[in-house]
Amino acid sequence: MNKKSFYDRAGLCLTMLCAAFVIVLTMSIIYYIGSKGLSTFTSHGVSLREFLFSDQWRPDRPPGEGGPQVGSLAFITGSIAVSLLSVGISAPLGVIVAVFIVEIAPGWGQRVLQPAVELLAGIPSVVYGYIGLSLLVPLIRSLFGGGGFSLMAGFLVLSVMILPTIISVSTDTLRAQPAEWKHASYALGATRWQTIRMAMLPAARSGLITAVVLGMARAFGEALAVQMVIGNTREIPASVLSPMITLTSAITMDMGSTVQGGTWNNALWSMGLLLLLMSLFFILIIRFAVRRGAV
Amino acid sequence: MERRFKVLGLLIGIALLMSVVAGCGGNSANQQSEQSRGQEQQSGGSKGSITAVGSSALQPLVEEAAKQFMSSNPEAQIVVQGGGSGTGLSQVASGASNIGNSDVFAEEKLTPEEASQLVDHKVCVVGMAAVVNPDVKVDNVTQQQLIDIFTGKITNWKDVGGADVKVQLVNRPSSSGTRATFKAFALKGAEEAKGIEQDSSGTVRKIISETPGAIGYLALSYLDGSVTPLKLDGVEPTKENIVTGKYPVWAYEHMYTKGDATGLAKDFLDYMLSDNVQKSLVVDLGYIPSTDMQIERDAKGNITQK
Repeated sequence: MNKKSFYDRAGLCLTMLCAAFVIVLTMSIIYYIGSKGLSTFTSHGVSLREFLFSDQWRPDRPPGEGGPQVGSLAFITGSIAVSLLSVGISAPLGVIVAVFIVEIAPGWGQRVLQPAVELLAGIPSVVYGYIGLSLLVPLIRSLFGGGGFSLMAGFLVLSVMILPTIISVSTDTLRAQPAEWKHASYALGATRWQTIRMAMLPAARSGLITAVVLGMARAFGEALAVQMVIGNTREIPASVLSPMITLTSAITMDMGSTVQGGTWNNALWSMGLLLLLMSLFFILIIRFAVRRGAV
Repeated sequence: MERRFKVLGLLIGIALLMSVVAGCGGNSANQQSEQSRGQEQQSGGSKGSITAVGSSALQPLVEEAAKQFMSSNPEAQIVVQGGGSGTGLSQVASGASNIGNSDVFAEEKLTPEEASQLVDHKVCVVGMAAVVNPDVKVDNVTQQQLIDIFTGKITNWKDVGGADVKVQLVNRPSSSGTRATFKAFALKGAEEAKGIEQDSSGTVRKIISETPGAIGYLALSYLDGSVTPLKLDGVEPTKENIVTGKYPVWAYEHMYTKGDATGLAKDFLDYMLSDNVQKSLVVDLGYIPSTDMQIERDAKGNITQK
């Protein structure tokens, strides 16, 4: 066997092994979360309906007084509310900034704005949380009253955190659009604004949807920063100023103090499974958007 | 040049694969070391290796004690990890850890069968105080008032003689040992109204010191003047009042072993209860030595004089 074909074989084996390893890793994590998360329903007899649609969370209550109740509606609505609102702010802001970087000020935008956005992405989430706790929460308290720990504090912190994701994916998409389309639009006599609004943005639609969904997925999964500013009150928030709780913060707060195999601990795993299913859902949306966009 | 890079890449790949294989083999390696650990324990003497996992409240004390113990017993290896009381109890009950650190009695978390296999070592006592934001201008409440505040019946501090500020509850998560202790002994088991929840004592203290009308509870070691500790029926939350049984809100810190402690685990637990640790480290870190307690309390809360 000559040297070349040996390296060829070795390379093939290496890539295949690595690929197999990643697949096995993913499958085993899904299996583990799945088996733990489903045991709430199979071995503890909690109904799926109670878990998803009840807001009665009393896992420490003894069976004599109504049994452990693990309704996590408050956590689910909390997670959904906080991520939708943060995307509501960040999606328009992020896409407009991306347009600015690509179309309006390519030189300046690329030299100054893009590194700034990348820096924003590099700040650890605990630091965002700490800033939120020290600045944002007192500010909301003095501006709007209440305790300051609120849905509003949560989605404001999150909207800053997901901004870099949305901006950088949108920038890449806009840049990848064929220059001919832009030139054609100008040739038809369109102004710059008309070109951006009616040619560039519609053409980049699927990539922009991907950017927003990625941002939303990040918001949904973020735990630490959110946990520090939302107050973690196990209730469905009545307004943007009420304290609330998310799936992720409920898991981080209780996971170490509950005993493995108990209803309580397994209910936390079920929430983890729900988060996994949500991210699967987000991935499917992106796949769908990309396929539609390719046509 | 190019070929050299390829070789390098291959080497890195192989190294990665080796680490993967090593990772997969982790289980059997663990079993082996557990077996050898068992042999070392039988041979006696302070050598070998044990792990102590659990309560993050107790972690600094155990870590510091382990460091001192290891410096005088160079052949001993004690690994201390946090993870929470629930983790500690399930790890020691399943045999994955030699010692399980916990803020609560095993009976409160585990099934009766599991708990009966564990042997309790009460290494120290931690006192807890209800604390308020200094601006509420209250430093004494009756137990009934405290219960009414935490169950949501009293919603303004002026009802207990303080400033006209709304009460803002700051709880610990319901799985926390601190909350369980506070609920049992300060609130007589009454269920708390919903409020803000935080899981770290440092954050709780920061929130209470900054939020108008806030009330929560902290271990005595976290009192630093930024929050006001409340007297309960006129009794101050101090070490003296706790050891004599006048102030009821305190809990043991437990180190559990599965069956009686043997070998290094026994040596280390003896060391934890020796004057070396009890008279210096325990006091320095703001705990109360369990040897000082004049009363004793069991898992059901029954108190006996020592």
